[in-house]
Amino acid sequence: MKEIVIISGKGGTGKTSIVASFAALAKNAVLADCDVDAADLHLVLRPDIKRTSDFSGGKQASIVAEKCIGCGKCKDLCKFDAINLDGVANELIAKTYRVDPISCEGCKVCVEFCPVDAIKFEDSINGQWFISDTRFGMMVHAKLGIAEENSGKLVSLIRREAKRIAEEEKKDLIIVDGSPGIGCPVIASITGADLVLIITEPTLSGKHDLERVAELAAGFKIPTLIAINKFDLNPDMAEQIEEDARKRNMKVVGKIRYDRAFTDAQIMKCSVVEYTGDGVTEDIKSLWSNVIYAL
Amino acid sequence: MKIAIASGKGGTGKTTIATNLAHTIAQMDKQVQYLDCDVEEPNGHIFLKPEIKETKTVTVDVPEVDLEKCIGCGKCGQLCQYSAIVHLKDNNVLTFEQLCHSCGGCLHVCPADAIKLKQLNIGEIELGKTGDIDFVHGKLRIGYVRTVSLIRQVKQHIAQDSLAIIDVPPGTSCPVVEAVKDVDFVLLVTEPTPFGLNDLKLAVGLVREMNLPFEVIINRHGIGDDQVEKYCKTENIKIALKFPDDRRVAESYSTGQMIVDVLPEYKKLFDDFAQKVL
Repeated sequence: MKEIVIISGKGGTGKTSIVASFAALAKNAVLADCDVDAADLHLVLRPDIKRTSDFSGGKQASIVAEKCIGCGKCKDLCKFDAINLDGVANELIAKTYRVDPISCEGCKVCVEFCPVDAIKFEDSINGQWFISDTRFGMMVHAKLGIAEENSGKLVSLIRREAKRIAEEEKKDLIIVDGSPGIGCPVIASITGADLVLIITEPTLSGKHDLERVAELAAGFKIPTLIAINKFDLNPDMAEQIEEDARKRNMKVVGKIRYDRAFTDAQIMKCSVVEYTGDGVTEDIKSLWSNVIYAL
Repeated sequence: MKIAIASGKGGTGKTTIATNLAHTIAQMDKQVQYLDCDVEEPNGHIFLKPEIKETKTVTVDVPEVDLEKCIGCGKCGQLCQYSAIVHLKDNNVLTFEQLCHSCGGCLHVCPADAIKLKQLNIGEIELGKTGDIDFVHGKLRIGYVRTVSLIRQVKQHIAQDSLAIIDVPPGTSCPVVEAVKDVDFVLLVTEPTPFGLNDLKLAVGLVREMNLPFEVIINRHGIGDDQVEKYCKTENIKIALKFPDDRRVAESYSTGQMIVDVLPEYKKLFDDFAQKVL
């Protein structure tokens, strides 16, 4: 079984549209949407959800107002500015504190050092994850709660589940839609993968962000391929990206022309290769066969 | 006054709007600062081309254990919620810097004073000038995960007497929360497509949860459908600006040029918008 992860560094280069097309071309893969921050793949794959589970990425502190003596030790120790003054507790206690759940990182320091054990520490529900059926096979995806953290843990969970399903259903491929950036969710989505495909665009920003994410992938020693979306927007820049890739020993395995079909397919809730048989679909098919060849 | 330019979906035009807005406001002889908080993939410098005057290394505190002093009680490992410090047996303690959140728990809980803090380099902040714009950006060290800590440091450079324009990373989780925290106003940039709408809804959820006033900017207006506008109408969300889809804009973007410099017909649009913002 092989696992391929599609990332981009820069956002909005067309990752999800390309992953959806790959899903259609692969037919027999397990799909995983690891862009848990802003998941979009489900809009095109229209999954039929079979199982929903809560995701807890950690614990969270909360102060029991009746027990708080207002000493402020928790506020002094908190490194995340997560403890704020609250109102009067009773005629004896003039001030109490409360935890801002958005800022709390669940470190437990306040709980440990509260002199009157007034702080609860309970599992926080940070989101939900789903196992679904799609017209192209099983899909694992998630919805991170609003303003939640621990997206790296959720990404690892989704990949683990996708792997389990692939083993059970005897699928030989997992296609992972990653998130933009180079931080914790991206690291969690590429660690231990068989192949990384970076989707970039021929812009200075795309090129700059590609360099940083390619360095990240190289640091993890994962074989990496590159595809340039909308290459005809600036053919000179596309050529420069190819040359830079060669210097890094990374190969540009596909160039996809700029086509409104990317947007139109989204509106029709289908992948680009289902929407049109035009040149842009040929570009994606050729990219896909190069990726499979490299695996 | 602090204005954050954010979006759920990546690549909707946050940096384009933020840099052109900063540039337009600076031309009106107003004090303006541009802070790039997209520290994983900062791009503002590509367009503003600042002259960097100062580079600061950003570090965070991580524990270092003095095994001579360690009495092997294991309290540090029991408290740490991130498995960043692990007590094995006797007095052997391992630390994993990459997992540490710098909460200070192990340091406080150690009864033997065996834990000291050392500095871990997580990236840098560069400060400079572009014409009259004060420029600040953070660059996360590749392979490191302390995005939120670095954003917090970038925001320490906000000047009180100036208008601060904050370029926010994409998404809706912790880095975004840190970047928009305590701002006076948020502009959510989206595009009129199903992906744009889905991620806009998530971003709206976030700013509402944080009680921040906000409006929406529709970029590439004309490429998709009218669902974003319908959604904004239903939700009573003001649309601050509609920026048309124009291949010339995409092309000037690709070479790192400012729209207001190379496509003068958009200058008025940004002038009017800047007036509204001020």
